[in-house]
Amino acid sequence: MKSVVKGVLGAFAMAALATTALAADTTLTIATVNNGDMIRMQKYTDDFTKANPGIKLNWVTLEENDLRQKVTKDISTKGGQYDVLTIGMYETPIWGKKGWLVPLKGLDDPKDILPAVAGGLSVDGKLFAAPFYGESSFVMYRKDLMAKAGLKMSDAPTWDEIIAAAGKMTDRANGINGICLRGKAGWGENMAFIGSMANSFGARWFDEKWHPQFDTQEWKDTLNTYLKVMKDSGPAGASGNGFSENLALFQTGKCGMWADATAAASFTIDAKASKVADQVGFTIAPDKGLGKRANWLWAWALAVPAGSKKVDAAEKFISWATSKHYGEMIAAKEGWANVPPGTRTSLYANPEYQKVPFAAMTLASMNAADPLHPTVKPVPYVGVQFASIPEFAGIGTKVGEMFSAALAGQMTADEALKAAQDYTTAEMTKAGYIK
Amino acid sequence: MALKQTTGQKITITIVAWVIGLLLFFPILWTAIAAFKTESDAYTLPQNFLTTPWTLENFGIVQERSDYVLYIRNTVIIAGLSTLLGLVFAVPAAWSMAFAPQSKPTNNWSGYKWLAIIFGSAGLAALVLYFMGWHPTNFLVGIILLLMFVVPVSAWVWTRATKDTLLWMLSTKMMPPAGALISIYLLFNRNGLIYKDWGWIDLSDYNLVDSFWGMVPLVMLLNLPIIIWMLYTYFKELPVEILEAARMDGASLWNELTQVLTPMAMPGIASTCLLNLILAWNEAFWSLNLTNKFAAPLSFFISEYSSPEGQFWAKLSAASIMAIVPILIVGWFSQKQLVRGLTFGAVK
Amino acid sequence: MATNQSRAIGKLALAPSLIVLSAWAFVPLALTIYFAFLRYNLQDPDNTSWFGLSNFYYFLNDPYFVKDFINTILLVGSTIILTITGGVGLAILLDQPFWGRGIVRLLMISPFFIMPTVSSLVWKNLIMHPVFGLFAGIQRFFGSTEPIDWFGHYPLISVIIIVTWQWLPYATLILLTAMQSLDGEQKDAAAMDGAPPLSYFRYIVLPHLSRPITVVILIETIFLLNIFAEIKVTSVGGFAGNLTYLVFSQLNDANDVGAAAAGGIIAVILANIVSYFLVRIVGKNLEG
Repeated sequence: MKSVVKGVLGAFAMAALATTALAADTTLTIATVNNGDMIRMQKYTDDFTKANPGIKLNWVTLEENDLRQKVTKDISTKGGQYDVLTIGMYETPIWGKKGWLVPLKGLDDPKDILPAVAGGLSVDGKLFAAPFYGESSFVMYRKDLMAKAGLKMSDAPTWDEIIAAAGKMTDRANGINGICLRGKAGWGENMAFIGSMANSFGARWFDEKWHPQFDTQEWKDTLNTYLKVMKDSGPAGASGNGFSENLALFQTGKCGMWADATAAASFTIDAKASKVADQVGFTIAPDKGLGKRANWLWAWALAVPAGSKKVDAAEKFISWATSKHYGEMIAAKEGWANVPPGTRTSLYANPEYQKVPFAAMTLASMNAADPLHPTVKPVPYVGVQFASIPEFAGIGTKVGEMFSAALAGQMTADEALKAAQDYTTAEMTKAGYIK
Repeated sequence: MALKQTTGQKITITIVAWVIGLLLFFPILWTAIAAFKTESDAYTLPQNFLTTPWTLENFGIVQERSDYVLYIRNTVIIAGLSTLLGLVFAVPAAWSMAFAPQSKPTNNWSGYKWLAIIFGSAGLAALVLYFMGWHPTNFLVGIILLLMFVVPVSAWVWTRATKDTLLWMLSTKMMPPAGALISIYLLFNRNGLIYKDWGWIDLSDYNLVDSFWGMVPLVMLLNLPIIIWMLYTYFKELPVEILEAARMDGASLWNELTQVLTPMAMPGIASTCLLNLILAWNEAFWSLNLTNKFAAPLSFFISEYSSPEGQFWAKLSAASIMAIVPILIVGWFSQKQLVRGLTFGAVK
Repeated sequence: MATNQSRAIGKLALAPSLIVLSAWAFVPLALTIYFAFLRYNLQDPDNTSWFGLSNFYYFLNDPYFVKDFINTILLVGSTIILTITGGVGLAILLDQPFWGRGIVRLLMISPFFIMPTVSSLVWKNLIMHPVFGLFAGIQRFFGSTEPIDWFGHYPLISVIIIVTWQWLPYATLILLTAMQSLDGEQKDAAAMDGAPPLSYFRYIVLPHLSRPITVVILIETIFLLNIFAEIKVTSVGGFAGNLTYLVFSQLNDANDVGAAAAGGIIAVILANIVSYFLVRIVGKNLEG
């Protein structure tokens, strides 16, 4: 009997093996996000495979939320589906600390990586993920509409200025909305924006003892301001708008201003996709006079899961994708504006790149974000628009849903804040932070 | 009410019916129109769908951007193989219940006794495992659960009357997938119950998540109750007299199966296949949760269009049309046979 | 008559299906029950420990549970009411002779063959989008400046519209089949008597349809309780989520295996209450 079982299992395994064994090459399975820069990278993999003939690349391109969920499940159960992971500044420190990621070696000039980004991707000085592109947030605006409204964008706007400008630019009869902001629920969607906006208002997620702070005046001001400006000057259906939806609105000329990721800049000035390409201006994220600006800090980075049998090949690939050489190649073939931004000091020192209209503002925005001191008061967590604890993804998404519901008019700001406070308290109690 | 009609009534009914039919079909039609427009025209479609130019470029872009061919290949493999595999299990089962039905349970034990056996043995197993220091990813747990649940349950169902067996099969279809999601994910996972280095064979590199080895049996099991039911209702209608005549003539069981039964059963089997193909093609819950690429079907392919960058409606429409047209055509051809399978034979 | 030999072979032929189905029905369920008693967060697996009934406590006290439970009932209930009334009407209509009946029938049943992910995205973006959608276009045509934001303001109603669109053809198809089996003589007799259409409908058609309607209700309940893709790909899970989505979200957003398993068990219990009735109805039919 036993031999029969053995035989059957063996045959099963052989059949499974046959598909992979035929290829003697190392095949790297890369999980990545369907952002423009990543999709562009897939077009240029020839450059890598020519230099490394033994390595084949297999892309799994997923939508952002989907990617997070699937990669998290895979790495936490040691599923080993992927050899290279695309993860962000939220996951990297948590997973690095747990020993789920391989510390990266053999990168192209790691000292050149922007210090804020490298800091967010390291644990105890060891880099666990190499940044492919980094971003902060800033305000993109339409020069023509500003001029029409008789305004001039300041270099260091306050929230009051932005709100006033949004009101003046709004022309609903002609389909122009003064400002487009994220409203779609998700910790990486609306909470990235609202969270960094809250920082500029002096609000924080948790106090030093991990008690949620949604019952404070700062959060009330944040949410009320956000809801009011969206009601007065935002597009219809804003509660369903994330990064992509807002990009489409901005490109089709429906937004006067758009406060979002610096990485969006190259798409807004791409004449092929954007109707307003020649009219886009950039300025730093607004503040409230409290010393903190509403800009987040994020990087999409490449990492190798611990226990992978293909670490060498994976590191070779990561080194290629994050190298200066890759940037130069993109610059030569697609123009400097399309080089993955926000990762290397040398890129911003390059006189060619400095001619790109958003380059200086991107660097200034990234330097203005401080993950260790995201807001006015002290916090127990690291991260600007997130808190780097495992429970945050769940909490952030639920709170995002409540704020999105408030934006859609299904509850008032006070109800949403109360619900957020109750939910977060329950989750933090369950997880053992609040004793 | 098919009462007598005047021509005037007929014209009215014709108009009403066509209007409703077109309204219901409209979203599909609208998608088809948008699929042949350029991206920026698709966004202004309500105003000018007739005046803007038509284009085929979206289909090319969809293929280039998200590799439609891969996903339709996966869909065909999963839907096709799961249907075939389902027949392997369902044909004998349906045949047996239709031609050798059992009117009474062969075992007189009450359901409660059986329940006691099932849960008693599972509880005992749990107790033993607890003292052995078990862990959810322990292979032993899987084996013992398998023995303790599956064997008594199968044995119990096996001794029931045919009618109860059929109903029990139906009830397995009602299990909400939410209840099984976590377990199936962990079972399929590389570090799940089976996939480790066993010494004599190293299975630690295999992973049923996102593989046909996982998806095909899963989809087969999802639809197996429906296949069995549908085949059963078809087999039940076959004329038994012919079979008996064949037996009188001394036909062996094999001959009875291949020469008499199969030709008669073919139409029923064919329409069962069509229904299963449709259900498997459109399956979404497990596809979205368990696949990413290598075994990802068209449901997944489309879901990735829920939030791509920038303008995407023409591309979304083109992708949608490419995903639904094949199965829509199958559906049109098999609509009459579907009723039986979709009502578990309650409406013919 | 079946011989003993064929009976024995018959029993054996049944065994493989029984074994795979009972494995499918019980092994995942047993594991889920086990997980429901653990504190098990995927992001923090080292901290896994026995959690007693706490997962159920937190799940049932989660404000989302109450909301999503109500959503589930509303979604299933209103979709069933809409599809049954619509289905009876369409079945009567399609039962009349008229020009192009075959084609109209094809048009009407088509939505049922559209995969849920496609219909959700098409409705959300092309039809109900508040800026670029068809409904907004129609509203603007009639002079409205603020088109309805369907998925923002009425997420549950929007999902119900999509699901109804998908399941109306199902009800229609089944009720039509049942109508067509209505005895031709009965129809003729009613016509001869000059029975007014309403009383004909009330006393002959409806009683005849009562069993198919029950079957449609029960089967739709089973499928609609598990609606998932329509909620996920339209991203309305936070407002119009149902229990299935809540379980998914516990697993994927919060990575909380224990809570998700507890939710799964609750969903199983609910589904079993429904299936208890369905199994009895179908069982009665088997005898008849």
